[in-house]
Amino acid sequence: MEYVIEMNHITKEFGNFKALDDVTLCVKKGEVHALLGENGAGKSTLMSVLFGLYQAEQGEIKINGKPVKINNPNDANNLNIGMVHQHFKLVHNFTVLESIVLGRETVNGGFLKMDEARKKVVELSEHYKLKIDPDSYISDITVGMQQRVEILKMLYCDNEILIFDEPTAVLTPQEIDELMKIMKNLVDEGKSIIFISHKLNEIKAVANRCTVLRKGKYIGTIDVETATRETMSEMMVGRKVNFNLDKAEEKLGNVTLKVENLSVVSKISHKKVVDDVSFEVRRGEIVCIAGIDGNGQSELVYGITGLIPLQSGKIEINGKDITKDSIRKRSLAGMAHIPEDRHRHGLVLDYTVQQNVVLQTYFEPRFQRHGFIRFDAVREYAKKLIKQYDIRSGQDENSVTRGMSGGNQQKVIIARELDRDPDIVLAVQPTRGLDVGATEYIHKQLIKQRDNGKAVLLISLELDEVMEVSDRILVIYEGEIVADLDPKEVTVQELGLYMSGSKRKIAK
Amino acid sequence: MKKQKFELSKGGKDFIASIAAIAAGLLFGLVILLFSNARQAFPAFGMILKGGFTDGLSGIAQVLYVATPIILTGLSVGFAFKTGLFNIGAPGQFTCGAFAAVYIGVKWTFLPAGAHWIVALLGALIAGAIWGMVPGILKAIANVNEVITSIMMNYIGMYLVNILIVKFVYDPVRNQSVPVAKTANIPKAGLDKLFNYSNINISIFIAILAVIVIYIVLNKTIFGYELKACGLSPEASRYAGINAKRNIILSMTIAGALSGLGGGLLYLAGSGKYLQVVDVLAPQGFNGISVALLGISNPIGILFAGLFIGHITVGGNNIQLYNFVPEVVDIIISTIIYFGAFALLIKSLLDRFRRRPSESGAVKEEK
Repeated sequence: MEYVIEMNHITKEFGNFKALDDVTLCVKKGEVHALLGENGAGKSTLMSVLFGLYQAEQGEIKINGKPVKINNPNDANNLNIGMVHQHFKLVHNFTVLESIVLGRETVNGGFLKMDEARKKVVELSEHYKLKIDPDSYISDITVGMQQRVEILKMLYCDNEILIFDEPTAVLTPQEIDELMKIMKNLVDEGKSIIFISHKLNEIKAVANRCTVLRKGKYIGTIDVETATRETMSEMMVGRKVNFNLDKAEEKLGNVTLKVENLSVVSKISHKKVVDDVSFEVRRGEIVCIAGIDGNGQSELVYGITGLIPLQSGKIEINGKDITKDSIRKRSLAGMAHIPEDRHRHGLVLDYTVQQNVVLQTYFEPRFQRHGFIRFDAVREYAKKLIKQYDIRSGQDENSVTRGMSGGNQQKVIIARELDRDPDIVLAVQPTRGLDVGATEYIHKQLIKQRDNGKAVLLISLELDEVMEVSDRILVIYEGEIVADLDPKEVTVQELGLYMSGSKRKIAK
Repeated sequence: MKKQKFELSKGGKDFIASIAAIAAGLLFGLVILLFSNARQAFPAFGMILKGGFTDGLSGIAQVLYVATPIILTGLSVGFAFKTGLFNIGAPGQFTCGAFAAVYIGVKWTFLPAGAHWIVALLGALIAGAIWGMVPGILKAIANVNEVITSIMMNYIGMYLVNILIVKFVYDPVRNQSVPVAKTANIPKAGLDKLFNYSNINISIFIAILAVIVIYIVLNKTIFGYELKACGLSPEASRYAGINAKRNIILSMTIAGALSGLGGGLLYLAGSGKYLQVVDVLAPQGFNGISVALLGISNPIGILFAGLFIGHITVGGNNIQLYNFVPEVVDIIISTIIYFGAFALLIKSLLDRFRRRPSESGAVKEEK
């Protein structure tokens, strides 16, 4: 069997930490080969080795059966290896055509000759069914089209091996379907694809084979068609993962959070980023605000929690108007906030775990006496939370949070926020960047909160999360709530239409 | 877990970094001495190192006298720094405090003997506090950078004090302030006889007390917890509902008060030092920045950094015996500061060396 890429027994060390330990990856010509693993499993390190960004200590790389040495990304380009990055690297005020030819311009005596380039780009786009408009500006086109531009860029350079680094993170379900089709097309045309992902559904849908990494180690390569979701996740996490969240019947109580006609104006663009939003969250339900990133969900939460000023509107907690209250008062009124940016807002990174768990409660009599911190009480409290929420770190309550893993940092925040026994929890992308195990844990915690008769407002970009966890879905599009849906009755496809603004249920 | 024993504590790393900076600074000073007069360089260098230990007890007393005001200005800068603010206004706060102390010392002779110096010091404290508060308020309300405003406050303070000296407490013959009343001098409590040095008084104990108070405030109280949180992460503090604006104002006010107190202590020492009507910013204020950097903003570190700088300053005065100028010590101090900034780099390097093994250890644990 001929392999287009063979990476044999690759070992990469950082200091005495083995990021990759004897990892082997073999990609056949004309296949979509998925690279599956949790965060920190070594997927990106492996790709960086292939791309020449890192040099492996041990192991060899063969392209088309010939051993090669890849010292830098230029070598990789010369070997026809191209990569679509998770965050696109495009120039916003260039046209699509200009972006594609950037770096490989056709010139005549120092002058650009765009006609030839245009011909080639149009040909490529027709051949591979990548719909683009060569004269639109990057800043004006959708994320899906930007991704197609990135793909065309690789094709324009005649790349044969295409690496997709978590390409679906920024797309709507429709765009994901589109991308899957494109990938299949590319493979049919003889290209080979490495598809990095931790989403099992997508791998199931598009990949032929799948290599699983865990903590820098090679776990195995499997045939996707015959493997089940359960086996793949077990290989990835190292234990069985329960995909079905046990949710009790919802028992709706009183309205906890009530938002009326809320509007927020952006400081930068002076546009309304949250436009006349009204909704309610009741005790015993998880309401999810679904939407594509950048449609005002962050600002909506900042407005509710008091981090940015409102232009207009009213916020009530348990019937009490808190619109003008300070952040401290809102928190005392029973509002907890698991912030989107855990480094910027969630933690004082240079504080220890015990200092961080009392960030909103340090002034309570149980933690202070006459203005002096009761260190024993704080330590005991931190120990209790560490045990209860299974927070792992080098020095337990004395660990500085900056040095902890993302999942454990998030657990510190969740422990702190949920242990305050809040009536309403605002959780913004609480599982972003976390592995399957931690995600499962956090979902369970949110559901426990709901089952205990508290309200949860979840803001998520992950459709799986939206569909599985929530009791009610509000779709936000360009700062407006465009639909109020029941996850049991709506399909992912339909949800995608609302999220992309092509459909709306709630009239303007 | 055994590995942990070999790891330095955070304080230990800071200490090593500071020592490295000092060594580098001294070495540079030696090079300068060698260049200017190679034959006498080594004895003079020895004298700098010996510093306060040259003249027995009186030398030590001299170190304490020189160190007292810079410990306080160092504390002022360091305290503000811990809360995320750069108080470069120490010279202005110092001068204003000094003037308030001198004014009260000269004019308020109606006060009883035991209370006069205390009231004068309180005046110094308050004047410095006001001078620190202004940049604090501007920062909190209008988000004006405190570095710019406190530099401006330095000049406003300097010229204002010049005007006020001439107006109220002027000695036209010497172009300086008139001496304060005897009752306004800080008590010597027999220290002058003990150390056989007339300039010493209990002010070093006041400085040490200030160090202890600031240490406790920063490390043991919820107020310090809030201040440090604001300094380390303004956004996270806001998220947690901490009133950052109030803390900025309070922090600058306290920093100003410390500098002001330093000014009061120096000019009430009864050491023949008077406020000069000159257009020069108080050097003790800027030395405070050096002390704070060298002490890595830690109150205890600042105490020792202040004593050390006092020590080599005294040594620097002594090298005039060998026909060297005492300014060599200023060069050494400034070199130490350069390397002190460098020390932050050394510290992060130490961090990086130490972090590796602990990280892989953590990974193992998780398995």
